[in-house]
Amino acid sequence: MEYELGFALRNAWLILAIPFLSFLLVGLLVRPLSEKAAGIIATLAVFASAAFAYAMAAEFLTLGAATGWKTFVPWSFEWLRFQERMAVHIGVLVDPISILLLVVVTTVSSLVHLYSLGYMHGEAGFGRYFTFLNLFTFSMLGLVTAPNLLQMFVCWELVGASSFCLIGFYFDRPSAVAASKKAFIVTRFADLGFLLGILILGYFGYQVAGEVGGTRQAFDFLFLTDPVVMGKLNAIGAGILGIPVLTLALCLVYMGGAGKSAMFPLHVWLPDAMEGPTPVSALIHAATMVVAGVYLVARLFPLFATSGDALLVVGYIGAFTALFAAVIACTQDDIKRVLAYSTLSQLGYMMFALGVASVEHPLGYTASMFHLFTHAFFKALLFLGAGSVIHAVHSNEIWRMGGLRRKMPVTHLTFAIATLAIAGIWPFAGFFSKDEVLAAALGSGHYGIFGIGLLVAGITAFYMSRIYFAAFWGGARTEGASHAHESPVIMLIPLVVLAVLSVVAGFFPIGEFVRFGAGHGAPHGINPAIAAAGTFAGVLGIGLAWAIYGSGGTARAEALARAFGGAYTVVRRKFYVDELYLFVTHKIIVRFVAAPIAWFDRAIVDGGVNLSAKGGRLFGFALGSLQTGQVQAYGSWFAGGAVLLVLVLWGLQ
Amino acid sequence: MIEQLATMAPGPLHWLVLTALLFAIGTYGILTRRNAVGVLMAVELALNSGALNFVVFNRYVAPAGVDGQIMSIFVIAVAAAEVVVGMAIFVVLFRHRQTVDVTRMNRIRD
Repeated sequence: MEYELGFALRNAWLILAIPFLSFLLVGLLVRPLSEKAAGIIATLAVFASAAFAYAMAAEFLTLGAATGWKTFVPWSFEWLRFQERMAVHIGVLVDPISILLLVVVTTVSSLVHLYSLGYMHGEAGFGRYFTFLNLFTFSMLGLVTAPNLLQMFVCWELVGASSFCLIGFYFDRPSAVAASKKAFIVTRFADLGFLLGILILGYFGYQVAGEVGGTRQAFDFLFLTDPVVMGKLNAIGAGILGIPVLTLALCLVYMGGAGKSAMFPLHVWLPDAMEGPTPVSALIHAATMVVAGVYLVARLFPLFATSGDALLVVGYIGAFTALFAAVIACTQDDIKRVLAYSTLSQLGYMMFALGVASVEHPLGYTASMFHLFTHAFFKALLFLGAGSVIHAVHSNEIWRMGGLRRKMPVTHLTFAIATLAIAGIWPFAGFFSKDEVLAAALGSGHYGIFGIGLLVAGITAFYMSRIYFAAFWGGARTEGASHAHESPVIMLIPLVVLAVLSVVAGFFPIGEFVRFGAGHGAPHGINPAIAAAGTFAGVLGIGLAWAIYGSGGTARAEALARAFGGAYTVVRRKFYVDELYLFVTHKIIVRFVAAPIAWFDRAIVDGGVNLSAKGGRLFGFALGSLQTGQVQAYGSWFAGGAVLLVLVLWGLQ
Repeated sequence: MIEQLATMAPGPLHWLVLTALLFAIGTYGILTRRNAVGVLMAVELALNSGALNFVVFNRYVAPAGVDGQIMSIFVIAVAAAEVVVGMAIFVVLFRHRQTVDVTRMNRIRD
């Protein structure tokens, strides 16, 4: 490195070490002594990593301007060596998007930790909660800073495991247990694809590594995204079924990303994951872990752009998910489920922004990261606001709330800001990023995706305003809502901080340093036509929601639901995707695959083992009856045997 | 062979048949007697058949030395000591169980 690194970048390992050591300390030593101390230490540790991440970001920003935002690995050590050019390092990779994610993850994580101190106060398992939260933060940071595919995969599984533990935090509730298992199994199924993709990339990467020389390892991102290597990988040509090897590998990798980011049809786990504590939903299932899939695609974006076809898959699945989830969100009554479907929809936004990007039109890459950045803040704010409301009303149903505007002024104000931000109203953060995503879709000539994006922007504004009006306007509909009062200050501080971020994040000049390719450096300004269209869609959605739900009553909503009839029911039942999954898994896979295998296992495999055991037992019983306890009987056997032996030896002579 | 045994003067074959018979009778007694004292007596027969064998082979195989005869004296001395120990055990056994029937000494089985 020809440039002088600052303290934070020279000691980049601390970004992983702080939360990991805190996880061990809190989980093993502090938690048995004091649950409260465990929470406080965990929170302090995450704040420390946030401070460290800011220091890294500051150094990178000053350094980056000089080096042209070069990607580099300031710290790493060798972990596994399979072959000469196939070693796996544990390390910290620094480039604009990893720094961006570091800042987002540590910021949201520290605010969620702080919020949880208030939200989880007095709950059983307080210390356990913070232990897992710390583990999650460590894993997520490890994922974000991974310099190669395998470290990413390991941390990928670790975030999945900590997510599993936190969704099932209330493990005495059967629904929470079911939800955690569902999340784990669905994402694990997707990760099978990811692993296969890694193996294919690693295999061919290793071959290419032999051809091109150099010192980089086959799994390294810096190796895989090298132009020469990408060209060689792309030239390998057809693999299975006539699909080029590179496209196949990337589609498999994307399958992992789609599972983690809950893209259709692997989205089913995310709404159920809302069984976890609300701050967990804010951190893991809104701001950080679920964007790992987007991050993965962004990390391998040069490869995806080389393949082209794989990127189209990403784009169309993203666009479909955005629309699909947005429509479902309009009919759900559980405030957290609406937010979960909203998250799906926004993740679809980020995915299709990546999908429409290409080497010629790389704006989508910047737009996707920008939307990821702003979305993390306002979606975390929405979840934490929802948590504050749930904390006060003791219910998730929006129809059991109402009139909370005066009783919870801070929550109301911050929730309103977040709603406006996600609806894409100027000057809130969502306006800028959504505008950029739409501009990217239009600019690259994907008019269909642009249309879907605009439509989804309107629907998003509608369903977000729906829950906003239903929860905060009108009169209190239940006892719980009428006796609600504002949450403690420790919960309000994160809300206010996130609200400020949701306002100012949009002005962050992200195009200055998160960009792809040279020569397209000019940061994208606001395109008035697109901005007007987006804002119009947002205002229309809000207006429609106000007309239906603004009064606080449910009469108009019910009338509308009746008017739509069957269509409404289908959407409300989430297009029966869960039922379809149950049908496929229970009726087809269980009956025709699992049941015969289980029979074979029980009858043939176990049967064989049991048979030999039974044979041995019978033989033992038969021999046991000879043991009479009569020494003279034994003597007779002995004498008879001796005589027999003599006769045999005699006969053999 | 029987005729040879009946007509000839006593030779090694006669003595060996005698010891074999003694041993067989002793073994039969060990395996069938129910009284422990009877078993002990049968053991004496078997032991003495062995002792007699020593003497016989000493006489016919290596008449110069007396090793076999000394060994048989050893066997007689050991047998005497064994009888003393055995009888002492039977006395104690009888005190405990009022019987010396060996077929009832099967407590260790279960």
